[in-house]
Amino acid sequence: MSACKLDIRVQAADFSLEREAEALRLGNHVGAIVTFSGLVRDMHDDQRVTGLFLEHYPGMTEKSLHEIAAEAQVRWPLLALTIIHRIGELKAGEQIVFVGVSSSHRSAAFSACDFLMDYLKTRAPFWKKSIQTDGECWVDARESDTTASERWRQPGV
Amino acid sequence: MINVHYFASIRESLGCAQEQVPAGTGTTTVAGLMDTLVALHGAQWQKVLREGRVLMAVNQAVARFDTAVRDGDEVAFFPPVTGG
Repeated sequence: MSACKLDIRVQAADFSLEREAEALRLGNHVGAIVTFSGLVRDMHDDQRVTGLFLEHYPGMTEKSLHEIAAEAQVRWPLLALTIIHRIGELKAGEQIVFVGVSSSHRSAAFSACDFLMDYLKTRAPFWKKSIQTDGECWVDARESDTTASERWRQPGV
Repeated sequence: MINVHYFASIRESLGCAQEQVPAGTGTTTVAGLMDTLVALHGAQWQKVLREGRVLMAVNQAVARFDTAVRDGDEVAFFPPVTGG
């Protein structure tokens, strides 16, 4: 577990997909890098969205991201793990979240990345407010995200 | 004192981000603290804390109604999370 290079950030600033992917390439023992980046969509429940406001719980959010990362390291042999989540006001089309992992083999990297996103969506204290042309509203938690997260609890997964 | 924090839609519905409540015999659990807050503030707190979906944390760890609360603790109430 101690061999994994961890980088966890909650920030207002944007990030470079290229630079973050490159940072996961630690050396010749890395055989697989999987990255996920989430973007602000311009539609939400058939409403035109101009942007989002991302709120977090300073302290607890960072703590929960570290817990999620620690759990991923127990489950898969990871060499590097990066989580970046942006906060504050974001416009449609902007990057909002990055999860990247490197491992010796691809199956561990794919699974860990998938797991990290599922847990991040259902466990980490972030809240989205959708800013639409005719007003703004808090985004409701989705049942499908909870279902996706719960599949990791099943034996053998 | 107990430091109470409210986040996102809960903060907006209550018009309050943070407050301090004296620790006492009624505030030794999260449920007890919620009773105290409702008694202190009235109908709006009743509506938001009792009738909506509320998650809670004590000292930045996920908590339940029966989680213990002590003098000096930080207790937070927030809606289901929607990050990612």
